[in-house]
Amino acid sequence: MRAFLKYTWVEIKLFLREPMGAFFTLVFPLVMLFLFGTIYGNEPDAMFNGYGTVDISIPAYTAMIISTTGIMALSITMSAYREKGILRRLRLSPLQPHVILAGQVVVIFMMTLAGMLLLILAGKLVYDLRFDGRVLDVALAFLLGSVSFFSLGFVLASVMPNARTAQVVGMVIFYPMLFLSGAGMPLEILPESIRNFSKYLPLTHVVTMLRGLWIGESWSLHTTEIWVLLGMTLAGVVISSLTFRWE
Amino acid sequence: MSSIITVGGITKTYGETIAVNDLSFSVEEGEIFGMVGPNGAGKTTTIECIEGLRQADRGEIQVMGLDPIRQERQLRPLLGIQLQQAHLPDNIKVWEALDMYASFYDNTLDWEDLLEELGLMDKRGTTFRKLSGGQKQHLFIALALLNDPRLVFLDELTTGLDPHARHNIWDLVQEVRQRGKTVFLTTHYMEEAENLCDRVAILDQGKIVALDTPANLIRDLKISERISFQVKGEWKSGALEDLPGVKNVQRQGDKVVVLGPANGAQVSASIVTGVVNALAEAGTQFSDLRTEYPDLEDVFLTLTGHQMRPERSE
Repeated sequence: MRAFLKYTWVEIKLFLREPMGAFFTLVFPLVMLFLFGTIYGNEPDAMFNGYGTVDISIPAYTAMIISTTGIMALSITMSAYREKGILRRLRLSPLQPHVILAGQVVVIFMMTLAGMLLLILAGKLVYDLRFDGRVLDVALAFLLGSVSFFSLGFVLASVMPNARTAQVVGMVIFYPMLFLSGAGMPLEILPESIRNFSKYLPLTHVVTMLRGLWIGESWSLHTTEIWVLLGMTLAGVVISSLTFRWE
Repeated sequence: MSSIITVGGITKTYGETIAVNDLSFSVEEGEIFGMVGPNGAGKTTTIECIEGLRQADRGEIQVMGLDPIRQERQLRPLLGIQLQQAHLPDNIKVWEALDMYASFYDNTLDWEDLLEELGLMDKRGTTFRKLSGGQKQHLFIALALLNDPRLVFLDELTTGLDPHARHNIWDLVQEVRQRGKTVFLTTHYMEEAENLCDRVAILDQGKIVALDTPANLIRDLKISERISFQVKGEWKSGALEDLPGVKNVQRQGDKVVVLGPANGAQVSASIVTGVVNALAEAGTQFSDLRTEYPDLEDVFLTLTGHQMRPERSE
């Protein structure tokens, strides 16, 4: 346990020392929040069923953070660790292989959580954030969304030959999804044709589920999302456990 | 003395390439055992099979009586390993790396003492990225010694280091052995093997071509001298090969190396004269002629018929 705590603590410090990862996980979502919060404020809006821009943006930006850490941070870190031989060095220690991997997931999860908590804090302090859901429901949805995207990240880390390719492929997946899934901007402002396409993006399901539970909708409205994300998690775990390489 | 490592007939192939071909040897407790040979001779494959990082296709390996693959978990804490290709995260600080790796073991040395001994104390807060090549290697040695292992593996420890840094590392390795540890190292610097190792296995194309103490290997050559010089233009080795006392003539580009004769100081004087005379008679333009004592490089040359590397390191 002491080994696991030391290892994850060092990895957290390393995450925060990497400017890109820390910026996109912790700072960029806040920048978005303040930018659109300043432009639109958080007045109740009929387009959002009486919620304000900030109210609906915070669960959406949370989904954005999940996809950033899963698709980008996790896959790039793991590919770079493999490419450079850092995984190799770790494996020479008595630390068990599954502990090495679990540590990475735990660190990325904690950073994702920190990103969301910062958003909530800023929303509460500055924009009088409205939350009508149940904390436990949102926490579970956050967990499911995170796990599904982390498993996608692991698939990328497993099949990409190096960190550079992982980064490029990660961006190719990430950016369109950011804008078309409702994570970066509300689906309501997108035309119908794009919204039909959005249904096929995994991130859309995270956004829909988080926004729904945020305003107090019941889980029964989100069975599609649950199945899609559970399926994605399962597929990701199977694929990456078959293809993951240590060197 | 008892064997701490026994290797019995291991073979490892990668596709069509035979990396290691039916190797057998043993390493004794408390010695510095070196494996030398050119790149691609199979040194790293061999060391990684012994470390349990790779599985040999055939053959048996025992390390302290344990199987490195099947009994990896028992063996891990007893081994100290420095890898040829290993790395730490760029942004990790020296103390963090040691503190973290120390937490992975039940029994460890005090890492602050290790830092002190390895001369890294003033670098404890420096990130890995900012260390020099030599400092990185010192840190990897510290990590390899952290768990106070009985057996330390050092793979190509000094490759890419300047001579000063290399000599520092040699001193360190000597100290490690003085603490009663067994050291298994690989290198492609013959000079390093000669200076550092109690016994040396010379590897070429996946096979051991010789295994003994450096002194014995050189003595068994029965050669007292190496003459090397540069030639310009057309040149045939025939005239030199026929000279009395000459054992071997090798040409690599413009450089010629003549080995000979059988031990005996008096004959040795005459071979230089003979070589110079023969060159002068043939009208060969030569320069940079020097005579040296033979070393492990010459052992390799004589046993395999080719040089370790196109150029000597000196």
